[in-house]
Amino acid sequence: MKPLALLFTLSVGVLLLAASLDLPDWSDPASPASSHVSPYYIQESLNQTSVPNLVSSVLADYRSYDTMFETVVIFCAGITVLTILRRTFRSKDKYILPRPEREDADIILQSAVRLLVPVMQVFALYVIAHGHHSPGGGFQGGVILGASFILLSIAYDLKTVLKRFKENSILFLSAVGVLIYAGIGIICLFLGRNFLAYGAWAKLLGITEQEAHSHGMLGVEIGVAITVMVIMFSLYADLSSSGDLDEGL
Amino acid sequence: MNWDASSLWQFNVLLLIMLFILAIAAISIKDLVASAVIFGAYSFIMCLLWTAMLAVDVAFTEAAVGAGVSTVLVLGTALHIKRKSKD
Repeated sequence: MKPLALLFTLSVGVLLLAASLDLPDWSDPASPASSHVSPYYIQESLNQTSVPNLVSSVLADYRSYDTMFETVVIFCAGITVLTILRRTFRSKDKYILPRPEREDADIILQSAVRLLVPVMQVFALYVIAHGHHSPGGGFQGGVILGASFILLSIAYDLKTVLKRFKENSILFLSAVGVLIYAGIGIICLFLGRNFLAYGAWAKLLGITEQEAHSHGMLGVEIGVAITVMVIMFSLYADLSSSGDLDEGL
Repeated sequence: MNWDASSLWQFNVLLLIMLFILAIAAISIKDLVASAVIFGAYSFIMCLLWTAMLAVDVAFTEAAVGAGVSTVLVLGTALHIKRKSKD
């Protein structure tokens, strides 16, 4: 079976490499991708949304609907892992893989993490809040926030973190993030515009339409960040304790 | 700023070679935990390549999700299943 698999892999690889010769040159201005919609975004995005980072404005404004469902996908993935792995009762004949004994708390590791985690979280908030002016945004900031909690539960214990960050609030916040995103869109509907057309917020907030687009993006990025943060932590908590939420790595 | 990505092409070729080595090492190594760590290193090299292609947002995501959280998730899972892979 193995030589056959190698043959298939190699032939698919050769086919893909041959096909890649037909791709346009890297950063070719005449390529189809950069000759239809890209010039429009590059020219109009700053005027229409007052957001200098084109990637953010395309992601969270022009293609906002896609990003909303990306958030829903993350929400569903987190809920699915929780549903499959989470064990709310302790079975007596549970087979526990032999694991190395957890050594006593490492004071150097714990002190370093205590110093590191606040810096990480402030940086993550900066990434979220500054996502439409520099690289970054809700996904990245949310992942860094989630990683700070994961780091805390590796250095200390899963229980220590879960005492401050209860499972109920994980479930609650993961839904809140999606609801913030969809809610911002639905309020646009009530103000007489299309779903997620942030320009509608201009009248409500007393700002220009361009600024409303920028603020709308910030709002949805916050929603994305909340969902991603709690789902990342809940994935770690369930995977590393095989659903018992007792010990972690 | 006038920066040309091709001025660093030797560095990019070096990164690409490292990417190949890490990719082959990640699938051929028997120990799943080592494989997970190599996969994290692979993501980090990929992140540097995204930066070389001036896709900074993608590089940021790759660094946070690929090299950061997914390595921890794979590692956490690998420690709970049989550590040695059969093939």
